[in-house]
Order: sequence, then C-alpha cells, then structure tokens
Amino acid sequence: MNNDQPAISIADTVAKGLRRRRAAEIRLRIYGIAAISFVLMALVVLLGSIVSKGISAFQQTHIAVLVNFDREKIDPAGSGKIEDLRRGDYDGIARNSMRAAFPGVSGRRNRRALGKMISSGAGDQLREMVMANPNLIGTRQRVWLLASDEIDMLNKGYARRKPDGSATKVSRRQVAWYDALVVKGAVERHLNWRFLTGGDSREPEQAGVWAAVVGSALTMIITLMLAFPLGVAAAIYLQEFAPKNRWTDIIEVNINNLAAVPSIVFGLLGLTVILGFFGLPRSTPLVGGIVLALMTLPTVIIASRAALMSVPPSIREAARGLGASSSQVVFHHVLPLAMPGIMTGTIIGMARALGETAPLLMIGMVAFIVDVPSKFEDAATVLPVQIYLWADSPERGFVEKTAAATMILLVFLLAMNAAAILLRKKFERKW
Amino acid sequence: MSSSLTLLVIAGLTALAFYLGRSRALSISHDLPARLHSLPRYYGYFVALWCGVPTLVLLMIWLVVQPIIVDGMVIGSLPAAQQQLPSDRLGLLLNDIHNIARGDAASARTPMLIAAAERYNSLLDLGNWLMACCALALAGAGLILSRNKVAPGLRARNTVERALTGVLILASLLAVLTTLGVVASLFFESLRFFEKVPFWDFLFGTEWSPQTALRDDQVGQSGSFGAIPIFAGTLLITSIAMAVAVPTGLFAAIYLSEFAKPKTRATIKPIMEILAGVPTVVYGFFAALTVAPLIRDAGVSLGLSVASESALAAGVVMGVMIIPFISSLSDDVIRAVPQSLREGAYGLGATKAETVRSVVIPAALPGIVGAVLLAVSRAIGETMIVVMAAGLAANLTANPFEAVTTVTVQIVTLLVGDQEFDSAKTLAAFALGLVLFCITLCLNIIALKFVQKYREKYE
Repeated sequence: MNNDQPAISIADTVAKGLRRRRAAEIRLRIYGIAAISFVLMALVVLLGSIVSKGISAFQQTHIAVLVNFDREKIDPAGSGKIEDLRRGDYDGIARNSMRAAFPGVSGRRNRRALGKMISSGAGDQLREMVMANPNLIGTRQRVWLLASDEIDMLNKGYARRKPDGSATKVSRRQVAWYDALVVKGAVERHLNWRFLTGGDSREPEQAGVWAAVVGSALTMIITLMLAFPLGVAAAIYLQEFAPKNRWTDIIEVNINNLAAVPSIVFGLLGLTVILGFFGLPRSTPLVGGIVLALMTLPTVIIASRAALMSVPPSIREAARGLGASSSQVVFHHVLPLAMPGIMTGTIIGMARALGETAPLLMIGMVAFIVDVPSKFEDAATVLPVQIYLWADSPERGFVEKTAAATMILLVFLLAMNAAAILLRKKFERKW
Repeated sequence: MSSSLTLLVIAGLTALAFYLGRSRALSISHDLPARLHSLPRYYGYFVALWCGVPTLVLLMIWLVVQPIIVDGMVIGSLPAAQQQLPSDRLGLLLNDIHNIARGDAASARTPMLIAAAERYNSLLDLGNWLMACCALALAGAGLILSRNKVAPGLRARNTVERALTGVLILASLLAVLTTLGVVASLFFESLRFFEKVPFWDFLFGTEWSPQTALRDDQVGQSGSFGAIPIFAGTLLITSIAMAVAVPTGLFAAIYLSEFAKPKTRATIKPIMEILAGVPTVVYGFFAALTVAPLIRDAGVSLGLSVASESALAAGVVMGVMIIPFISSLSDDVIRAVPQSLREGAYGLGATKAETVRSVVIPAALPGIVGAVLLAVSRAIGETMIVVMAAGLAANLTANPFEAVTTVTVQIVTLLVGDQEFDSAKTLAAFALGLVLFCITLCLNIIALKFVQKYREKYE
C-alpha cells in the first residue's frame, strides 16, 4: 500500500497554492500601502512646495540709504500745509539718496539703472514718514527704502547670477552696486507689513493681500447670512414637516443634484440672473456672496437634515406628550439638539465657499482692485481669486506672493475645519 | 428717506408691535394668561407679523417697480428725437443718465443729459419719500388693526405657526428655484447662440476658434464653433485624472477599511481629507508651477516633446484632487457590506485578499460605480486646475503630452474680460455651460440611482 506519493503531491499543491495565495494577499496590502503613500507624498509635496516658495514673501528686501529730506523738494512754496507736503517730489528724493550713496555714478542711463534698484513705492514710503512727522523736513536720516522686485529676487536667491556678472533681470552694474551695498551692511530683509496690510499692486514688492482678505470676509458674511437661515429652514421643512409626496420627492432629488452641479454653472447663473436680470452691481461681495450662498445651500441643507435626523424620536414624543405643538417640538427641542451638527455642516460648507474661485470669475471679481473694500457694494476681489490673478502674472516676484497668499488661505481653511472638528468632538452625543 | 432707513424704522415698528400685542393679550386676560387660547407671546408675534410682513412685501414690490416707472418718466421728459431712438441706444442713454445722477463718469455730458439726471434724482427722491410714507402707513394700519383683533379666543399660535410653515416652504423651494434659474438662464442664452450657429455645427464641428472680429470687414471675422475638440480635450484630461484617482483611491479605501488597524485608520483618514479641503485654485497653482515643469523636464530628458501646458500635468493633479473623494465614498460603501458576508467567506477558507476580491468588491460594486461616476462628474466640471494648467488652443489629439483645452476653460476664457452680451463668442459659453450641466446632471442621476440601489440592498 503506497498512498504516500499522491498525499505528498497534494500537500505540495496545497503548499504551492498557499504560497501563491499568501503572495496575492501581500500584493494587495502593498498596493494599498503604495496608494496611501502616494496620497501622503502628494500632500507633502503640495504643501511643501507652497510653503518653501511662499515663506520668503513674508520678508522684503530693503536698502538703507541716507535720505536728505530736502525742504526745496518737499515744500518749495514753504507753506508747511499738509496738502502741500503731500504733493512733494518724494520719488526725486528717493532717487537722489541712491545717487548720494554712489557719488561716482554718472550718465543718465546709469543713474536710471541705479534708481531702478529701489521700488517705485519708495517715494510713498518717504511721504508717509513726512506725513507722520513733518519735523523730518530739512534733516538727514538713514532710512530703509523698499528695494525693487528685481533686487529682492536677487537678494532671496531666486535671480540666477550669470558668469558675466549680471543676473536675471538685473544688469552687471546693478549687481556690482548691490554687492557693494551688501558689504556695507545696507541690505536687509525686514518683515513685510505691506504684504499683510496692503492692497494689490502691479509691482510685486508692493502687493498685499489685505484687500482680498477683507473682500473674502465681506463675501463670506453675505454667504453665511443667506445660506445658514435658508438652509436650516429648508432642512427643517423637509425633515420635520413635509408630507411624503411627489413634490417633496422632487425637491429632495433636486437638492441632491444641485449639490453636485459644477460650481462654474452657478457663476453662469449669477451672470445672467443676478447681474443681468436683477441688475446688482458687478464685482461686488454682495453678488459674490449670493452666488456662493446658492452653491453652499445644498451642502447646508443636507448636513442639517442629517443632524435633525440623528435626534432620536423619543425627544419628539416626550415634548408632544407635554402638549407641545409641532413647531414647538421642533424649535424648542429638536433644533437646539441638532445645532452642533448643523453648525459643523455649515462651517464645512463655508470653508468650501471660501476656497471657491470659478463662479467668482464669472461675475467679474477678477478686476484689478487696489483699495480695501469697506461696503458690500464696493468692487472687491477675494483671496482665491487674488491667488489666481497673481499666479497669472509674469513677474518672478509674484510667484512667492502667490504661494504666500495660498498659505494664508490654507491657514483660514485649516482653522475653519479645525473648528468644525472641535465642535463635533465637543457636542457629539451618542443617543 | 433712503430705503435702508425705512427698513430700519419698519424693523423698529415690528418690534414695538410685538410688545404691544403681548401686553394687550396680558391686559385682556386680567393677569390670568390661562384664559388665553395661546401663550401671550404668540399674540405678540401675531401683531408683529401683521405689522411687518405686508409692509415688507410692499417694499419689495415698490423697489422692483419704482425704477421702471422712474425710467419711463425720465424718457418721457426727453426731447422727441431721443425718444425715437432704437431701444439699445436708448438703453445706453439711460445708462449715462444713471451714471451722471450717481456722480460717476459718463461717456457724454450734454446739458440735456444733466437735466435728465437731475430730473431722475428728484423723481427718485420723491419715490423714496412716497415709499416710506406708504410703508409706514401700512405698518401702522397693520399694527392697529391686528392689535384690536387680539382677544382671548383668537387662535394666535395657529396663525403664527402657519406663517412659519409658509416661510419654511419658501426656503425649501429656493433650491428648486435655483435649479430652474440655472436651466432657464443656460437654455435661453443657448437658444440665442443656436440662432447664430446651427446646433449640429456646434455639437459635431471639429474646429473651434471663437475669435470674432470687432469689425465686419476684418479677416476671419466669423469664428467657428465646433465643440468636438473641446469635448475631446475634456475627455482626455478626465481620463488621465480617473486613471490616477480610481486605482489609488480604491486601493487606499480597501486597505483602510479591510487591513488597517483602527488607529492607523483614525490617523490616515483625516490626513487624506485635508487633501479634499484644499481649494482647487491651489491645485491649479501647484499644477502650473511645480508639476508641469517637472513633467516637461522629465519628458525632455526622455527625448519626448512635451508642451508646457500638457494635458498630463492638469490630469494628474486633478486625479490627486479626486483621490480623497473616491476613497472616502468607496470606504463608506465597503464598510457598509455586511460583516456576515466576510465571515462566510472566511468560513470557506478564503484569505482576506480573496474575500476582498471575490466577495466584498462584487458586493460593493454598485456603490463603487456610483462613487466613480460622481468623481467623473466632478472632474468634468472642475475649473481652476485646467484654467491654470491646461491650454487654450483647441487641439484634437489623444496625446497626453500636448496641450488641450476643456469645456470649463473655454467658458472662463470666453466670459472673463470684456463682454458684449449678444456676440456669438459670449453666447457660446452658455451653450458649453448647458452641455456641461446636462452631462454632469445625467452622471449624477445615474450615480445616485446606483448608490440608492446599493443602499436598499444592504441597509
């Protein structure tokens, strides 16, 4: 009796099969880990590239020069009145102080090249100083003037130095002057307040995000004021009061589909209906807020319905047992208990609206706007649109500004999402 | 009186109405509120409603009708020659009058226009005063009449609750109105487009160059509006995005729901959701600035010619954006597969991988298909990544290294900047928008059907 032979071969087959099956198991795990690593890597590269590009924008290169606050140039009439002081030739003073730093430079072209090393906003900087303190007139002060975008790029190492002594967008002479200033300790990077507190500019070194941040805030106020009450009201009706019939079915399907309509379509709606039909003013936070509210509404409704649904029926029955009417049940008992969930959904919807760009392009929020908006009807831009506009600008200096504005936007979004998570953690209830 | 001040006064009156109504109810009950049908505050709400709501309705109607009447009166006061102008010229004239009246710059400043602007301003002033008086009278009448109606037997709570339900119904109808607005605006603008460009030429034409000239005698003044290259470009970029997102998202979801320890899962999932929260404009910037040069350099070093705005760069980044969308949706459906199915498979000796492959995935398939369809619909409608990283030229190509354009890119480029509302160029954007809306709507409906079927099966 020799039955061992086939038994061994079965064991062999099984062992082989097991190896194969275990390999398949490991393969699947590896695919999964690879997929997750890819996602994590993408996240790290995305955030890393933005932070590494944007961090330098929070500092701006300044050049120290001895400025002669020449009375002749500031106030030739000698009136001493603020309006006359405002009209002084501060650009000329800034240029002159650069020339004074390099007395050997002659010739118009060289002088112009020298003047181009400081920003065209340096004159405004001096004007502000004089406005704040008119006693400066007639004195000589060492002032840190804002350097031009090209010098800033050279200082931050983005402009490549070429073998012939020049660098990208900076001539050989300018590089030599720059190096001389560096040796004298007259080039420093200072915190870029202008970026955090100013409006947009054509010059990268003078551009700021504050106008866009305020525009975003105004737009979000309108969005919140519309989307939150309307969304919650719609959710209450659909979840608590609506009879189950074809109409409410249609509304429900409608809301689900509206949540997945591409955002740009809401921009087209805003363009034809809100701007065209109702004639509201273009490029304003008012219109932007309305468009984003229509876009956010389905999100708020769906989240609010889920929150209302999670309140157990026993609460409703108890309230009813004490004689509350239907609306008293909802408004006094169910709604307060559902509120944390509703708020979480609203914050997430608002975070989406804050990052939204495409529909706002349609309603003209892409205009170049320097002034900080103060009303809902002022022309304004918002943070994501500002990012889009700067990303489209050809100047090298706008790359770091774009990345820095992105960092600011991400910080806001992160804060909102963190608030939503905290809210959920704090008020989450297991019934 | 300005309309905002009027509104403020009405709000104040409404608040007053609430207190008057409530105190009236308290006084007629002789401090025995139990004699009233409703709680005292409902009488307050009752009076406030009658005071505020009709007035607000009046204000809204007034604000819509007043400009039309004032414009008509201003035009009526213009010299006869101006009144005979065709309607579009008259509109421009009216626009100038409005601008002068507001103190803004106008294209022309003739004495006639300035006089008209003054007349416009005085009429507007008169209208606003009239509106304020009517509104206050109506609010006062509502207050007094409804306050007099307050009686112990008045069913104030029922009235208030009915009004409240009305408000709730109106709010939920807004979503329907939005959809109707979207459909109507896209449809009517598209109809105007198809009057200029035949429908079939648009849908099946293979050449897209929407540049229409300013003057009629310029060369190439009639643009061609064949949308096939745009659809092909959209399809190409969407396919690349799906090729990245579907396997990655699916494998990540399988790993997280079937293999990962709860702790790993609890850390990885929120991190992946960060990716979903990043605004698309940031992805666009990333694609244009980091990924596109990377792909181009890699292509050049391999000896390929890669456009700097290649479809590949936009597609890959879009895929990365969509991964969390697919993975979280499929994670949900995979976890919804009943545990008993898995245990049955284990009982028959299947390994985890075999269970996943031959039990869990087939069971979850409808849900996964729904998730993928939703993701496709998002990829097609995604705008900023392609606007910033894909090209503008409509090439009909399947080569991912070339620049292609998409529906959303064309909508943005056609509509951003100077617009003339009746040129075929601007109207084309609405026709593209209609196509985009229809396709995404169909995808969504099919996807939701799939998901619903799946839910019915296991829940």
